[in-house]
Amino acid sequence: MMASSYNAKEEDGHHSGSAGLGGAAIRSRKPDNTAFKQQRLPAWQPILTAGTVLPAFFVIGLIFIPIGIGLFVTSNNIKEFEIDYTGTDMSSPCFNCSQSFSWNSSTPCKCVLPFSLEQPFESNVFMYYGLSNFYQNHRRYVKSRDDSQLNGDERSLKEPSKECEPYRSSENKPIAPCGAIANSMFNDTLDLFYIDPNGTKTQIPLIKKGIAWWTDKHVKFRNPGNNPNLTTVFIDTAKPVNWRKPVYELDTDSENNGFINEDFIVWMRTAALPTFRKLYRIIQKKNNMTPTLPRGNYTLEVTYNYPVRSFEGRKRMILSTISWMGGKNPFLGIAYITVGSICFFLGVVLLFIHHKYGNRNNSSDIPN
Amino acid sequence: MSFFGLDCVRKKEREVERKIRANDREYNSTFKYATNSIKTSKYNPFTFLPLNLFEQFQRIANAYFLILLILQVIPAISSLSWFTTVVPLVLVLSVTAAKDAIDDINRHRSDRKVNNRKVNILINGKLTSDKWMNVQVGDIIKLENNQFVTADLLLLSSSEPLNLVYIETAELDGETNLKVKQSLTVTGDMGEDLGALGSFNGEVCCEPPNNRLDRFTGTLTFDTQKHSLDNERVLLRGCTLRNTDWCFGLVLFAGPETKLMQNCGKSTFKRTSIDRLMNVLVLFIFGLLALMCIILAVGNGIWENQTGSEFNNFLPREENTAFSAFLTFWSYIIILNTVVPISLYVSMEVIRLGNSYYINWDRNMYHARSDTPAEARTTTLNEELGQIKYVFSDKTGTLTQNIMTFNKCSINGKSYGDVYQQYSGERLEITEETTPVDFSFNPLADPKFLFYDHSLIEAVKLELPDVQAFFRLLALCHTVMAEEKKEGWLQNTLINLFLTYPSSQHQSLCLVGHLVYQAQSPDEGALVTAARNFGFVFRSRSPETITIEEMGMQRSYELLAILDFNNVRKRMSVIVRSPEGKLSLYCKGADTIIYERLHPSCRKLMEATTDHLNEFAGEGLRTLVLAYKNIDEDYFSEWKQRHHESSVALEDREEKLDELYEEIEKNMMLIGATAIEDKLQDGVALTIEQLAKAEIKIWVLTGDKQETAENIGYSCNLLREEMNDVFTVAAHSPEEVRQELRDARLKMKPSTEPNKFLVPEVILGNTPKLVQDESVEGEYGLVINGHSLAFALESGMELEFLRTACMCKTVICCRVTPLQKAQVVELVKKYKKAVTLAIGDGANDVSMIKAAHIGVGISGQEGMQAVLSSDFSFAQFRFLQRLLLVHGRWSYLRMCKFLRYFFYKNFTFTFVHFWYAFFCGFSAQTVYDEGFITLYNLVYTALPVLGMSLFDQDVNAGWSLEFPQLYVPGQLSQYFSKRAFMMCVLHSCYSSLMIFFVPYAATYDTARADGTEGADYQSFALITQTCLTVTVCVQLGLDLSYWTVVNHLFVWGSLGMFFILTFTMYTDGLFRIRPSSFAFVGTARNCLNQPNVWLTVALTALLCVLPVVAHRFFSCQIAPTINDKVRNKMREMKEPAPRPRHPRLTRRSTRRSGYAFSHAQGYGDLVTSRRFLRRPATSRSTAFNSAGRSPGFKPTGRSAGYSPVGREQNPKQKVEPTSLQKFRTVIDSSF
Repeated sequence: MMASSYNAKEEDGHHSGSAGLGGAAIRSRKPDNTAFKQQRLPAWQPILTAGTVLPAFFVIGLIFIPIGIGLFVTSNNIKEFEIDYTGTDMSSPCFNCSQSFSWNSSTPCKCVLPFSLEQPFESNVFMYYGLSNFYQNHRRYVKSRDDSQLNGDERSLKEPSKECEPYRSSENKPIAPCGAIANSMFNDTLDLFYIDPNGTKTQIPLIKKGIAWWTDKHVKFRNPGNNPNLTTVFIDTAKPVNWRKPVYELDTDSENNGFINEDFIVWMRTAALPTFRKLYRIIQKKNNMTPTLPRGNYTLEVTYNYPVRSFEGRKRMILSTISWMGGKNPFLGIAYITVGSICFFLGVVLLFIHHKYGNRNNSSDIPN
Repeated sequence: MSFFGLDCVRKKEREVERKIRANDREYNSTFKYATNSIKTSKYNPFTFLPLNLFEQFQRIANAYFLILLILQVIPAISSLSWFTTVVPLVLVLSVTAAKDAIDDINRHRSDRKVNNRKVNILINGKLTSDKWMNVQVGDIIKLENNQFVTADLLLLSSSEPLNLVYIETAELDGETNLKVKQSLTVTGDMGEDLGALGSFNGEVCCEPPNNRLDRFTGTLTFDTQKHSLDNERVLLRGCTLRNTDWCFGLVLFAGPETKLMQNCGKSTFKRTSIDRLMNVLVLFIFGLLALMCIILAVGNGIWENQTGSEFNNFLPREENTAFSAFLTFWSYIIILNTVVPISLYVSMEVIRLGNSYYINWDRNMYHARSDTPAEARTTTLNEELGQIKYVFSDKTGTLTQNIMTFNKCSINGKSYGDVYQQYSGERLEITEETTPVDFSFNPLADPKFLFYDHSLIEAVKLELPDVQAFFRLLALCHTVMAEEKKEGWLQNTLINLFLTYPSSQHQSLCLVGHLVYQAQSPDEGALVTAARNFGFVFRSRSPETITIEEMGMQRSYELLAILDFNNVRKRMSVIVRSPEGKLSLYCKGADTIIYERLHPSCRKLMEATTDHLNEFAGEGLRTLVLAYKNIDEDYFSEWKQRHHESSVALEDREEKLDELYEEIEKNMMLIGATAIEDKLQDGVALTIEQLAKAEIKIWVLTGDKQETAENIGYSCNLLREEMNDVFTVAAHSPEEVRQELRDARLKMKPSTEPNKFLVPEVILGNTPKLVQDESVEGEYGLVINGHSLAFALESGMELEFLRTACMCKTVICCRVTPLQKAQVVELVKKYKKAVTLAIGDGANDVSMIKAAHIGVGISGQEGMQAVLSSDFSFAQFRFLQRLLLVHGRWSYLRMCKFLRYFFYKNFTFTFVHFWYAFFCGFSAQTVYDEGFITLYNLVYTALPVLGMSLFDQDVNAGWSLEFPQLYVPGQLSQYFSKRAFMMCVLHSCYSSLMIFFVPYAATYDTARADGTEGADYQSFALITQTCLTVTVCVQLGLDLSYWTVVNHLFVWGSLGMFFILTFTMYTDGLFRIRPSSFAFVGTARNCLNQPNVWLTVALTALLCVLPVVAHRFFSCQIAPTINDKVRNKMREMKEPAPRPRHPRLTRRSTRRSGYAFSHAQGYGDLVTSRRFLRRPATSRSTAFNSAGRSPGFKPTGRSAGYSPVGREQNPKQKVEPTSLQKFRTVIDSSF
């Protein structure tokens, strides 16, 4: 009796083809013996074992918790002051301004808000305006701009993109800059005064340069033509309907006028969420001896131009210092601490489970 | 659908009768018959684009994207730029179009090749060589040897005597034996006379074109005489002329109207169960999409009503709320379209194609002896191979080699055949090293016959009378015919023939020395060859005599009677008169039958022989018992007289003869027993054991007899002695069958309730019933014969049958017709939610191969027909375990992993939009940059998942085979099901929440490190898309269990590509080219330098995978799956354990008859009737004829292929892809 036992290796070993049949040598159809074709490519085969998973959990826990603590401490060290000047309350100094609003009023409404800082702001201070419930991320709003026009394309200046409708033209002239975003540009003016303990009111110098991304200022936004006289450049265009003055009068500094006005650029970088803050001004640190903003009393003078009451929006002014991780936001720190702790805890639980069940199951033989 | 197919249908309706006049093109052209040029291609350069696009857009996914594209052009709706859809769509369309174009070019090429073949046409009395395509109906053409038949021809004359031609029809029906056609004498007389042929003006009137290969009717009117024409006179296109120098034929049907082309019907298009599941899931996904869009549209309505209306100052709007909600619905349809992934189907095709190539490339499924690699003929069914629950196997040629070897025998109470160790007396296993018996003393011995027990040859040489009687009986009692070859051309011709046409080897040619045996059954051939080698050479026979050579001495026995074999008698006898004048009866047959008819004096010998028979049976050998009897002269002459009377009796002839036979076959003397091994293919038993471990049920469906089938069942371990019971259902009425089935079931499970097993499952109104699996204590087997099966398959009883059969471990159906094979498969398909596989090698298996979910053809055995209709083919049954347990399992695993991951990544991608909608006023604002949306599926995530689904293996091949249980999850569809899909959806939900809300919280109302706003739209988009890309990559890394170089390349490459392309798209240069499309200028530079962003990305990715890792580890600890266990073991052991050898168990416990004999009734008559005797060898062709198949003695291809040697007979013939195959691929690819 012949023993017939199947062995894959034997099969693979030699080839006794049918060459010789009919005299003609036939090329063997045996497949090539390459690791790829035989699916034997060398490979790293990771498996989830107690030896890898449990240490990973502990290591992740040990890494995340310190990072989280660091982030949390950093975030807590950031000084931030926020004041809401919307003026919805009767008691608010801006109440009157908020009530009597019209786009075309020639006399600006001003209101003054006193506040005091409990702690000095040591390093550079960034001044933001914050808006809430403002849907800068609405699709129709986001679309409503013409990047070619803003990039100084002369043809788009004369004939803005259709996306800009209904802020594409007014009085038969193309609007520059066109679109709903530009049209709704934030136009409150905020001024900050320090009140000395002796009562003197000093205006704090606010720097308006460097508040936009370099790429935006130098690549994305350009004034059309090479003519430094913007008035002639924009001669055949109309100002956005909500604007008080045309785009070439946004600033007197020619480096900050027209489309490359930084306030304008900041506004045009639309926010992702309905609540957002945008950088308004920077308060530069003067020297190492005195804090940028010493503790004490301040007033905020607002030229109230921007209506938000109709959609229950809020306007805020925020003063904040900045750390390596940005502005104040405790979320990341807390999240890292939490996740790190969860990892650690899971590690402990799984270690316990592994000891209780794992060994039993893994050592048990596979039923054949 | 090819267009000529349509043409044919139309023409068939028109044409009722075909009229042809030979050599009269003018007349024939009035009927507008098709010419001989064929066209299987679908396109030409001008029609390619429109036609191909039209076909592609008929696919639902493509059409869906076309509609999306249209939606995107509408400005009010368009939430995404058109290119986000166009780029993937164009890519997908062009890949498919390229594939179609290549296919079609190949078809053009093969068409051209075929159309431009040369043939000699008789025009104006002269032979002119012309292209095939120019042949017309009514032409007379000349064919030469080995040429393909050009069109369907009426044979006019040939070079061979009697106007015969020989053709090979392998391309047509897969049979490789030569067939004979003969022309009418009237036309045959014209011979080669071109003048006569040129002026031949016969008119043919015949049936219109049809696809019946075996039938032809028509008449030829010639010289005012009508001759009827049938299939014998017709040569069909696709055949090859063999052994015929030349022949002339009249073209009847040409080109597309030939029977070959008419037969290229559409083969049924098989789909996998995952495909079917996908269809359901896609519907579900559409539902989900609609639901999300409706929610968001309603949200939009509410928002517009409450907030949007107040926001009018900054964002003017014209439309009313309801209209806005309506538009939003469509906008969100566009944005969320990625839940129905366009690249899904294309990727699935690519994965299946890749996995098919692995099958083609597998050296372990390559059969060296026949030079046959495995072949995945269908590339769309791979993952189904990992879900097989039922295997339906043919027996002969599939499980067995169809080779019988004389293995052991028992003579006078002594058993021969085993080899014992000289001193210890221990039985040795016979291996290739064991020295076989040397038969050199016998010049007529067959050199390939191997026998290892030297004691038997000693016994022969000692001239022990019992041993001599034993072999004398074997040499005399049979219906084999011998062909004595003379020296000279005849022999050479035969040998040449043999070598030139290895395909014709499957005939019963056994060309050894100068003696060729033609045996009707392989068993007999093996026995006679054994006798020949042991010195009792059967030389020749005439109707009255048998000449044998006994130990070198020629003796002629007078053959007085053959008491033929039949299924009831289970024995055959011959009555001969020895040269000395002694009358003897020699009988061989089933042990049970012979034992009843033995002389009482044999009792002692019977006991010893019984022991041996049990031993043989236990080893799965087929046994026959031999007995003889000396007959008294007077008695015989009187018996002979009665026999003659009975055989001419008009009434009850059979009964009378049986009685007579019964009378004379009495009081016989026992000589011994033979044991023949029906050689299994290598590794069959082991494969079956492996498949059984993988919980695959194997049903054997065979046309063989019950005994044979049962015997094979035992020898390949399907049936085992240890089984609690093996039920045999062989009843003759429906009631009996039902009762037997019911009894069997009650015995297996006494407490079965009649209707509990039916589980109604409501699908679209109708209620198909499903039969649940019932667990049974112990192992049972069921053997049912074809007659009973016919009753069992009737609609009233099929459930009863199925229920009983499914409780058994093994089911063997014997004596089944090809149709019944298909019916059994259909039955299981219908009521079991299981995937079936049918494996077979012959034309009779085609129906079941086509019926099953997966058809596997054993190539190189018996023609090509099974292979041609199969989905996978290889040379040996044992490759099935590799195909299923390795390739199938991997394919299934890969496909499931692919689908799970693919849905995960797309849902996660899409759901983020859903969450964002709540923060952007439901305005259909996208979270991501449009470039990212376009490239996400195509570039950033396409290759890693493709790499996973082409290379992943949880355990390697060795371990897969080591633990066949790994296969079980596939049968239960555990890796991808509705449940798994829902888990995907939930997982995506969680991940997308993390991916949206972690960046949200991290940037909410805060500033960046340079003081500028933290959460501007573009930065937020970049952060979320970075989070998403990193997360899906990490998730992929977690899913990927086999990191090859390619995977590393793909994963890291894609991740790198994301950053490279992101930076590229956000560069100044591109912005200057198209400011509106690349408005994200500078975002990457300004954003990805923030430590905050990276901390956010890390946190998001960790939060997304943390629960997954914890859950996987947890379940691996608490309830490890078989995969976990094997992988753990693998890690501990590094190398697979050496595969344990499975020693064959010898079973002697119970008494079981090993009788099995594949012999059909009626050959005895033939032998004595003179009809089989060939005509004198006057010409070449007749010589061949007699060697191959004498008209009266026509061994069928299946039963006659015995070889006395333990070698396989069929070196694989080199078959070029035949035109039938080509057509098949055309049809396959035109789905």
